[in-house]
Amino acid sequence: MATTTAAEPTRRDFIYIATGAAAAVGGALAAWPFIDQMNPSSAVLALASIEVDIASIQPGQSVTFKWRGHPLFVRRRTPKEIAEANGVALSDLKDPLARNANLAEDAPATDRNRSTKPEWLVLVGVCTHLGCTPTVSTPQVPQGEYGGWLCHCHGSQYDTAGRIRKGPAPENLAVPPYSFLSATRLKVG
Amino acid sequence: MRIALPLGLAFAAMVSTAALADDTNLPPKDVSFSFEGPFGHYDRAALQRGFQVYKEVCSACHSLNRVAFHTLDESGGPEFSEAEMKAIAAGYQIDADPNEQGDIFDAKGNRLKRAGTPSDYFPGPFANENAARAANNGALPPDLSLIVKERAGGAHYVYSILTGFGQKPPADVKMQTGMYYNPYFPGRQIAMPPPLTDNQVTFNDGTKATVDQEAHDVATFLSWTSEPKMEERKHLGFDVMIFLLALSGLLYLSYRRVWKDAH
Amino acid sequence: MSGPSTYVPKTAFSRWLDARLPIIRFANDTMLTFPTPRNLNFWYAFGAILTVFLGIQIVTGIVLAMHYVPNENLAFDSVESIMRDVNYGWLLRYMHANGASFFFLAVYVHMFRGLYYGSYKAPREVLWILGVVIYVLMMATAFLGYVLVWGQMSFWAATVITNLFSSLDQIVPHVGTAIATWLWGGFAVGDATLNRFFSLHYLLPFAIAAVVGLHIWALHVPGNNNPLGIDVKGPQDTLPFHPYYTAKDAFYVALFVVLYMAVVFYNPDLTGNPDNYIPANPVVTPPDIVPEWYLLPFYAMLRSVPQKLLGVLVLAGAIVTLFFVPWLDTSKVRSCRFRPQMKFFFWFFVVDCILLGYLGSQSVDAAWNLAGIDLPLVWVARFATAYYFGFFWVLLPLVGLFEKPKALPDSIAKSVLGNAQPMPAE
Repeated sequence: MATTTAAEPTRRDFIYIATGAAAAVGGALAAWPFIDQMNPSSAVLALASIEVDIASIQPGQSVTFKWRGHPLFVRRRTPKEIAEANGVALSDLKDPLARNANLAEDAPATDRNRSTKPEWLVLVGVCTHLGCTPTVSTPQVPQGEYGGWLCHCHGSQYDTAGRIRKGPAPENLAVPPYSFLSATRLKVG
Repeated sequence: MRIALPLGLAFAAMVSTAALADDTNLPPKDVSFSFEGPFGHYDRAALQRGFQVYKEVCSACHSLNRVAFHTLDESGGPEFSEAEMKAIAAGYQIDADPNEQGDIFDAKGNRLKRAGTPSDYFPGPFANENAARAANNGALPPDLSLIVKERAGGAHYVYSILTGFGQKPPADVKMQTGMYYNPYFPGRQIAMPPPLTDNQVTFNDGTKATVDQEAHDVATFLSWTSEPKMEERKHLGFDVMIFLLALSGLLYLSYRRVWKDAH
Repeated sequence: MSGPSTYVPKTAFSRWLDARLPIIRFANDTMLTFPTPRNLNFWYAFGAILTVFLGIQIVTGIVLAMHYVPNENLAFDSVESIMRDVNYGWLLRYMHANGASFFFLAVYVHMFRGLYYGSYKAPREVLWILGVVIYVLMMATAFLGYVLVWGQMSFWAATVITNLFSSLDQIVPHVGTAIATWLWGGFAVGDATLNRFFSLHYLLPFAIAAVVGLHIWALHVPGNNNPLGIDVKGPQDTLPFHPYYTAKDAFYVALFVVLYMAVVFYNPDLTGNPDNYIPANPVVTPPDIVPEWYLLPFYAMLRSVPQKLLGVLVLAGAIVTLFFVPWLDTSKVRSCRFRPQMKFFFWFFVVDCILLGYLGSQSVDAAWNLAGIDLPLVWVARFATAYYFGFFWVLLPLVGLFEKPKALPDSIAKSVLGNAQPMPAE
């Protein structure tokens, strides 16, 4: 097309540049609806919080619910399990942060920081390694060495506060935002 | 122009066809709504009043099953506060999931229910179509979610039906039993009894609840349930049109410049 | 006309690639330096417009398929969920639905333009036939897509169109019904039908894209026709496609998109039917069944014939006729600019097509009242159908034999530039 010999952009070039730039910006903006349509829809987002009834969960029992498409572990811990979790020194932990959405991001991973009420441990049941669901450990059928959870995919082991102790997973099991609506009713999300 | 004559003839002929057409019902009344035109938007107060009319009157027979509670506080709609929306949702009883015993009915045979949450949809008044027909003399009250889009005339039609009762049927119209005369309804005989009366609802904002007002408000509300993204559409459309016109202008200048030396 | 390639690779990489896959050379020869008659007018921009709309339909369609569910119980709900829940879903769906309308609007202008300037004549017969193939594929794709919404009009359109095949029963008993049953995958239109229609609706646009490729190939062998209808005689008659026609087409594409977006944003249900917002109900037929506007002329022809098989044959014949156009026209002159009689019959044909479209939208028993005399529309439709076929099978061959065309200009360059010295094309 136009053979520009001079280095100075002419008025003619300016119109071409403006047109090209406008078309490029328009094209980029027009792409957004096509990208955004893949994000969660308003109907999906409306499901983002659930309420669960925890009245029937016995001490030592862990029940799995579904929250945002993921397993949600609600574990009613025995005094022994709480004591075990409290007995771990922070320096022994692979991940020193609490990973608790209800606390500050830099909160340390003490057992106290892992739950709102020590008796109730609420966790997102997604292994922080590659997303498998860990299996809960019970005195009858122990899973791993720490009495918490074992992820069978790649052998990550969690303790009774859901903290990573051994294996490839980098972080403690996440604690979702939650609150107690009553003694037996939990709102998650 | 040679084509002018046949075109003109065709047009003249169309006009006389329209007059001849065998319409059994009147065209909808010509009322104005706030959401008409390229800059139209829903009147929030009318939407909230219209919701009240739906809830207190229409919902006795008509479902609204494509509308989720969480949309009631979203922008472009009635824009209730989040707390109001949650209270509205909690005021409805939704069929519960099976309880721990696996039952969905209680000992007396009643369906187990729970309070509605924002992600739930408006529950209908009847369990199924047969129940709806049985309760309504064989007629099926249609779901209202899309009523404005699925009827020619849209909101005007809804308004006209709701305000079109009370006239005496002409002598040549034979009324069937259980039917009501409404000249705006196709066939002029409708199974729905006149739903609205003056002061049937009490509006919180002090608006006088005439039949006309109630009908206008509920027609507005049902326009929103049919086309909840209308305001987003018109707003985005304005930006897009401005941009495209500017781009067309630039493309025109480029085109003229490119062609300047070609002829 | 394409001539030898003028592409000279400039960098080491482009030389390397050119020896292995000359794709840059191909793009250069077909889209940049391609010699194009210098007198193409507005009506020639519709090729570019159609390409853009094929792209829009494919992209919006792929995206909608991410949310659509082809199941008889969920299809309508999933469409409504796209309209209500999916981010910008309402925009994508309105773009897709109205995109189909504008695609057809553009294709009709493109076809009328081809008829007016004689673009179907030698050596462009294959180009025209490929175009008709694209048009037929478009109609099939549009029909399949309309069914997917699974509203009342969708369902009954599917029922009526598939029942056209059952008319074959009148030729060989049971064969038509067998074909219809095979299309349905059941005793009526249902879940199986919806699923296969979705599959085919996703497939056919790619078939269209492939035939468009052939169409453009067949265009690039003889080169573009032009409003004068005379052959290109040398480089002074042409301009390189880029930047001249890229710039011109881009402007007209933008104008057409402005129209399209005005409808998408401000009157998105303009061509829609309210009944299609009612979920499909196999036991209730809506009182007025009408196809989408772009199929109305054929619908009017179908209804104008009182006999089932004959009606279907007329409908099929109206489309099949288009394939024969290159050989029906006997004139030596391409462009109607120089064919005074044909020009008149052409414009009358355009009006006839619009009239047929209008007739297709009216109820079967309507009548025109002309000065006190009732003229049943079905008779108007019969005359209009007769003209449609008469135009192709009688007027095109005969007018070419008897018409005395006006004198043709010597060359494109002379006609465009007058006697001034033409500037050499870059």
